[in-house]
Amino acid sequence: MVTESDYGEFETAWCPGCGNFSIRQAVVRALVELGLPPHKVVFSSGIGQAAKAPHYIRVNTFNGLHGRSLPAATGIKLANPELTVFAESGDGCSYGEGGNHFLAAIRRNIDITAIVHDNQVYGLTKGQASPTTPKGQITKTQPHGAPSNAFNPVAVAVAMGAGFVARGFAGAIDHLAGLIVAGVRHPGFSLIDVLQPCVSFNKVNTFAWYKQRCYELGDDHDPTDPRAAMERANEWGERIPIGVLWRSDRPAFAAGAVAPLAGRETAMGRLREIVDGYA
Amino acid sequence: MGASAINIVIGGEAGQGLVTVGEFLSRALVRAGYAIVVTQDYQSRIRGGHNTFAIRADSGPVTAPTEAIDLLVALSAETLDIHKASLTARGLAVADAAVGLGGLPGLAVPYKELSPRPLYENMAALGVLGALLCLDPAWITGLVREKFASKGEAVVAANTAVFQAALAWAAAQQASFACLPPPPRRGKRLMLHGNEAIALGGLAAGVDFCSFYPMTPGTSVIQACIDHADRLGTVCEQAEDEIAALIMALGASYAGARPLVSTSGGGFALMVEGVSLAGMLETPVTIVVAQRPGPATGLPTRTEQADLDLVLHAGHGEFPRAVFAPGTVEQCFHLAHKAVDTAERFQSPVFLLTDQFLADSYRDVAPFDLDALPPVPRPLTDVADPGGYERYAVTDSGVSPRLVPGLCPATVVCDSDEHTPDGHITEDLAVRRTMQDKRMRKAAGLAAAALPPDVHGDPDGATLLACWGSTLGAALEAAECLRQRGEKAAVLHFGQVWPLVPDAFLPVLARAARTVMVEGNGVGQLARLLRRETGAVFDGLVTRYDGLPFTAAYILERL
Repeated sequence: MVTESDYGEFETAWCPGCGNFSIRQAVVRALVELGLPPHKVVFSSGIGQAAKAPHYIRVNTFNGLHGRSLPAATGIKLANPELTVFAESGDGCSYGEGGNHFLAAIRRNIDITAIVHDNQVYGLTKGQASPTTPKGQITKTQPHGAPSNAFNPVAVAVAMGAGFVARGFAGAIDHLAGLIVAGVRHPGFSLIDVLQPCVSFNKVNTFAWYKQRCYELGDDHDPTDPRAAMERANEWGERIPIGVLWRSDRPAFAAGAVAPLAGRETAMGRLREIVDGYA
Repeated sequence: MGASAINIVIGGEAGQGLVTVGEFLSRALVRAGYAIVVTQDYQSRIRGGHNTFAIRADSGPVTAPTEAIDLLVALSAETLDIHKASLTARGLAVADAAVGLGGLPGLAVPYKELSPRPLYENMAALGVLGALLCLDPAWITGLVREKFASKGEAVVAANTAVFQAALAWAAAQQASFACLPPPPRRGKRLMLHGNEAIALGGLAAGVDFCSFYPMTPGTSVIQACIDHADRLGTVCEQAEDEIAALIMALGASYAGARPLVSTSGGGFALMVEGVSLAGMLETPVTIVVAQRPGPATGLPTRTEQADLDLVLHAGHGEFPRAVFAPGTVEQCFHLAHKAVDTAERFQSPVFLLTDQFLADSYRDVAPFDLDALPPVPRPLTDVADPGGYERYAVTDSGVSPRLVPGLCPATVVCDSDEHTPDGHITEDLAVRRTMQDKRMRKAAGLAAAALPPDVHGDPDGATLLACWGSTLGAALEAAECLRQRGEKAAVLHFGQVWPLVPDAFLPVLARAARTVMVEGNGVGQLARLLRRETGAVFDGLVTRYDGLPFTAAYILERL
């Protein structure tokens, strides 16, 4: 029996009121619901305040480099399929520096759950535009407004026929926990883009701003209908849908190990035959 | 290298099958008992251009390529023009009768008559070569059978018939060519190129995970692993870029895999952030850097030894590493094994520096003795006190007990930020100092385990040719030529270029009358490293950076 206390209590380096706290809460709730003991779970993260999240949960942690949470997670999953592997990081890390890895993870459909703390701004480096900052939004380093179109991660993922695409909101903890549970249970790559306020640097997309707009997708949304999924993925403005936008039954990537590589001895007999074959 | 050594150069356009002819002939020669050194020269294109496959063969040992050509097999008219000046006095050309010999002595072969289909012209070429070299035809027909058996008896018979017809035709021409003297009876020999040997050495050390992004001439290491992956259960993944390839390997290593990554200079440049990460996470990874000329894309298919500085300094911050540089195909195998072992033992990034020349150079080697290899330590899968486990426990050696996550109730925490012994992020600057000292303490262990350079010949009062990596063969032959002229000569070869073992080579340098560094780059990167680290100054420097491998003649001309 796994309980929330198994996942520990830690002092954090986050700002008071940060959305990261509630995302952490949702993650722990999901892990408990999934009945996963801490040592069977690995969190791979990048760099940024969101990327510190795995330090504040008692789990196996690979806190690596900016943008690289997905390739590390991929290597971990390929080496040991028995681990439940998460990649957790921010929008700049996951969609900016790690953009190519994001596309590759969707293509591979490797059985990893990516949780992206999407606050539409770079927080740790103090307020620059991120890939998801709306065009025209003024920031410290974009005084004339962010010059490029915002990246829409969920629409891209739907367009590529990803395994599982969901959008959550840090202000809806139980709903978010449910999305994480469903993402982990989905065999294949699961993206959970989590809208969250950055209380220090994003003065536009505040808690109240999201609260006013986010609505939960109901049973009338069919996440297996590509047209409906794309419509909801592109809905942004006065109303923003949260929930499972898209789900497919694409087979998960299967080129990894079938058992933990750590427990395997080299097949020296076969290697001897292979070496002899060079005669 | 006896006077009996013969250099066969097969030249033509990419796509004409010259590599097929070259590999068949090389393997037949090795099976017949000859020693070979193959040099492949090719352009960065898929079809056309001018490529060569050169086989230097001898009944005695042979260590390096040579420029002089004894047998020029021209699959295109251009080949004759490019190489005719290199033909030796006894040299012969072999070309299609339709093209002609351009005035060179040799055989104009009626390929169209000998081969019913252009597809089989390679077999006709092999028939002519077999006759000229007086090679027992059974060595080639046996290979034909092995190679085409899976395609059916009809294909085997058709290929063999063309081979036999060409053999008979060539024998009837009574071409005057010195047959290869019969080799001494030797035990079984293997034929493989440097990158294949690196792959096998890695696999013998327990490599079970390969990630890569294709880049010549590094790819063929992973290609060899992929060729055997189904039988050995090796996990091989083509990553989206080199950045991902190395980070993926580190993730796999963290989770208990034993990774091998292979690339070339440009790809390695992208991996550099991951090298630093490996240093910080103390995660074992073996990285093969198959050098080719830079800067940037340089000469993509040619050779150079100019990435020593890059590999030595790759990664921001300070952390220990080891760099190996095999000089022969045998060393490719053994140093790949040693590199993987070193990475695991010291939980550090370890590098293997090879180059295009050695990567593509087939050699004959004695079968590797897998039983004689030392066992490579495995990470822990369990600990006595899971609650108290610390991934970065501070130890005298700097090496901490490495646990694989998921197999026991402990959690394994690692971080690219500075971290506490239990792996958690910290900005405690005293902890920073403790952890940096711990990591750097591994340098002493790496130095103690480092291989000293090999000394070939007597350095007393001699001209000492120092070199590293693939330059060994040419340096050995150059030293032998000097000795035949009555001069004292020896070779100092660095199979490991970092950490250095000064006590093992400074006395050798001191005993020599003249010291010359020979390396495949413009500035003398190893010479500079030795000077910086030990104060040793070389009397001379022979460099090569035109994309071609060293030969004895090249070195001797510049001494």
